[in-house]
Amino acid sequence: MIAYLSEMLSYPFMVRALTVGALVSLCAALLGASLVLKRYSMIGDGLSHVGFGALAVASALHLAPLAVAVPVVVLAAFLLLRLSESGRLKGDAATAVFSTGALAIGIVVASMSTGMNAELNSYLFGSILAVSMTDVAVSVALSAVVLVLYLFFYEKLFAVTFDETFARATGMKTEWYHTLLAVLTAIVVVLGMRMLGALLISSLIVFPALTAMRLFGNYRSVIIGAVVFSLCGFLVGMGISFWYGTPAGASIVVVDLGLFCVCSLAARIRGR
Amino acid sequence: MEAFCIQCNHVTLSYENQVVVSDLSFTVREGEYLCIIGENGTGKSTLMKGLLGLKKPASGSIVLGTGIRRSQIGYVPQQTPVQRDFPASVWEVVLSGCLNSRGLRPGFGAKEKALAEEKMDLLGIRDLKKKSFRNLSGGQRQRVLLARSLCAAKKLILLDEPTAGLDPLATEEFYHLLLDLNRELKITVVMVSHAIQEALGHADHILYLSQTSYFYGTTQAYLDSDAADQFLNRCRGGK
Repeated sequence: MIAYLSEMLSYPFMVRALTVGALVSLCAALLGASLVLKRYSMIGDGLSHVGFGALAVASALHLAPLAVAVPVVVLAAFLLLRLSESGRLKGDAATAVFSTGALAIGIVVASMSTGMNAELNSYLFGSILAVSMTDVAVSVALSAVVLVLYLFFYEKLFAVTFDETFARATGMKTEWYHTLLAVLTAIVVVLGMRMLGALLISSLIVFPALTAMRLFGNYRSVIIGAVVFSLCGFLVGMGISFWYGTPAGASIVVVDLGLFCVCSLAARIRGR
Repeated sequence: MEAFCIQCNHVTLSYENQVVVSDLSFTVREGEYLCIIGENGTGKSTLMKGLLGLKKPASGSIVLGTGIRRSQIGYVPQQTPVQRDFPASVWEVVLSGCLNSRGLRPGFGAKEKALAEEKMDLLGIRDLKKKSFRNLSGGQRQRVLLARSLCAAKKLILLDEPTAGLDPLATEEFYHLLLDLNRELKITVVMVSHAIQEALGHADHILYLSQTSYFYGTTQAYLDSDAADQFLNRCRGGK
């Protein structure tokens, strides 16, 4: 086991992937509870498609992928919330329009320039090899930002998630916290996309929170539980991926799915 | 005459360019127990939003009494499906009512925790402290939300159909609880209500909204009015 681990860690790309992946898993789990409870689960999915479009355009124009994708996805998150709040497009419709639209633009741009090359393929399905040293630096910095903001506003985010009207009535600027949540989600989605791929990243946000909610009845435990499940799912998934040569993203999601099923069953048996 | 808590002067509220409440004037005095009743679509919930400051009146003004800040109104909402299966402990929910006194500072201090404990004792839900909100009965949940609103409020609480979905016994209990708070702690209560009998039995003032007009006055004056005759007859007929 130890030998196996040390072999895994002897590859620099594995170390990079583990660093970025663990940080992203942590952040995704923190945000997941709020997003699931606010019925925003599909926002992560929508944003990841926008991220794919942005990455495709960036690679066609030979720009740094993260430098393009992060601002674009943050902007998309912002617009998505505005649209669904102003009621011109209802929540899920807005998400559908955004995600498919951006995906289509990305595919068209990619096919006009380089074609659907390996790099784009890795954005769709994820690749641990896609994580460069720059990505590590950016991921560490942005994850730290997400973590600090989340912890600083923990109580407020709880209040806004639990009861928005009450929060507004007692003088909280709820739009501001929605925006914060959307921006943090956008950052996590873009960071996680490199590893899990656009198609799977939203599971990193949704699964750990859902799993923790089966088992725990108070918010703090749900958050801590989600973080633990997320990290376990990530590490075990990476191990499986390394050992059997399966794609990292899909392996992680399969482990997350397994955890979810086991915990749902446990909750059922316990007779909650 | 007591000081007032809320004063509505010729208030008109509209919703998507449709006027739902027009030219409404009334004054809620300190220590009153006011129930807002009326048929569906007469603007009760919109008026509640106006009182909470979540909706600006199209014309007229809503003035709060001296010493009451907008953020110090306690509010008990209609329950939403999101809340019904929300994984939060009673303690976390009650404590979240103290946020308005924290400003931007993260966490809660000893002062807020003591306040939350005090309100839980007051409503007899201390033994539920560690329980999950989603595992409570409807009546217990409303007590928890009431405790939370009391953490935020000093003198005034607004309730929007708090007993919707509760069984008759729990409804009766909840109205009693409010009456106790109102009588013993001099907390002003303003409530939108569907439970007409309970509202008339407990409130000292009634605001009755209809499509064309409104009535505001003491419960007794309301019962003697023609508007009450018609409305109550329709309620009975409907049931």
